[in-house]
Amino acid sequence: MAEPAVDIGWVQLALASALVLVAIALSAWQRLGLGKSLVIGAIRALIQLTLIGYVLVWLFNTSRWYFVLGVLLLMTVTATLAATSRQPGGLQAQRRLRPICFVSILVGSTLTLVYVGAVVVDVAPWYNPRYLIPLFGMIVGNSMNGAALAAERLQSEMEAGRAQIEAYLALGATPQQASAEPARRATVAAMIPTINALAVVGVVSLPGMMTGQILAGSAPTLAVRYQLVVVFMLTAATALTAAGIVLWYRRTFFTTAAQLLPRVPV
Amino acid sequence: MLAGVTVDLPKGGFSALIGPSGAGKTTLLRLLNRLDDPISGVVRFLGRPIVDFPVRELRRRVGFVFQTPAMFPGTVTENLAVVPTLGGKATATRVPVHMGEILRLVELSADFGDRIAADLSGGEKQRMALARALMTGPEALLLDEPTAALDPEVAEHLMHTLQRLRESTGLTIVMVTHRLSEARFASTYAVMLEAGRVVEAGPSARLFSAPIETRTREFITADEGGKNHG
Repeated sequence: MAEPAVDIGWVQLALASALVLVAIALSAWQRLGLGKSLVIGAIRALIQLTLIGYVLVWLFNTSRWYFVLGVLLLMTVTATLAATSRQPGGLQAQRRLRPICFVSILVGSTLTLVYVGAVVVDVAPWYNPRYLIPLFGMIVGNSMNGAALAAERLQSEMEAGRAQIEAYLALGATPQQASAEPARRATVAAMIPTINALAVVGVVSLPGMMTGQILAGSAPTLAVRYQLVVVFMLTAATALTAAGIVLWYRRTFFTTAAQLLPRVPV
Repeated sequence: MLAGVTVDLPKGGFSALIGPSGAGKTTLLRLLNRLDDPISGVVRFLGRPIVDFPVRELRRRVGFVFQTPAMFPGTVTENLAVVPTLGGKATATRVPVHMGEILRLVELSADFGDRIAADLSGGEKQRMALARALMTGPEALLLDEPTAALDPEVAEHLMHTLQRLRESTGLTIVMVTHRLSEARFASTYAVMLEAGRVVEAGPSARLFSAPIETRTREFITADEGGKNHG
């Protein structure tokens, strides 16, 4: 540990909020009509993050495993709702997708967290919220994006590929064989942002966690090693979640008699 | 869409399903290899309800050629070679599952094997789809308006191919068509459908020359009239 981070008090925070005024001024000048959204957004961010700060303080102090798991579950549920709420195909498709998304995110994220927490970082006690909450937050965030991309892409590929899928089925293919190409494309689409992030990390982007650790006084080399753990962890979580979505969601497009269901009316 | 349809399609025959748009021809055809299932009623194949067959086996034995054939990626050969990889053994009792032989049966020359399937013309694509359907060694073949997107000469050529295919292999053919001339010329049995019901069914020679039902007669006459004027 080098020198401790400079404290940010309420005065400093107020000064920082002036930065949002730049965007508000731009909006007013160009008549973008974004002023209200910017003010509301900034206030929301302030309230949410302040509250979460107190929640984390409480969570770290009480340090009960069931509270920690409860928070992890809540994060998963929130991520599921966020990943499914903008899916195409209307409410019906979203409802069909929700349990699939929840389980995929939960399994993909938990497996990754368990591996990182138990094998790589060796968190003690096993539910130590100081590690689990931020790690899981990053994992779930990525899983959520992977899930949303995989589901959205699978849905559109399954629609666009109906003729080809039925041609396969008519040749005696299983639904898995018939939908192999849409599934492959959906998985690739879900993985691309993560692969791009792997390629540019440290060159184009200095990840927030690493930056934060350095600002907080960690040695950059340690921060880098943590960040490497994180990017590898996010890669695994995205892959697992996307695989879960693709394997399971695509089954819902077929009947048990290997028939392609009619497209969902929007 | 369909109601109270009872019809016997002869084994080894060339059946044509005819009737105005929206009559339920394609709907009926899709029930025959379970691309769709009826809400009620029984479809039989060789006397057995088709739901008694494992669905994938049924589809290998009862092939389907779509109105707009979907090409798989790659060459014609690759399109055909996909079929054995889908698992299940070919039930080749009537059609030899040999690529060169199948290309010959659909009257595509052997050098078509190396062509990219997506680049074929409409008629060639339809022959490719036919060849691919034959790769499972089917006993029956369902064709959904296979000539709808083709020029008249190309369509006629395909009908000749189908006729020769049936004669040389004994394949049962069921074809939906809106071209009465090709139904009359190629089929041995015809089923006239309208508004989801069978109006009339019988040997083509009889049905086209001496239809019993008024609706059938009107439909055939209207088509001939349209052709004379068109």
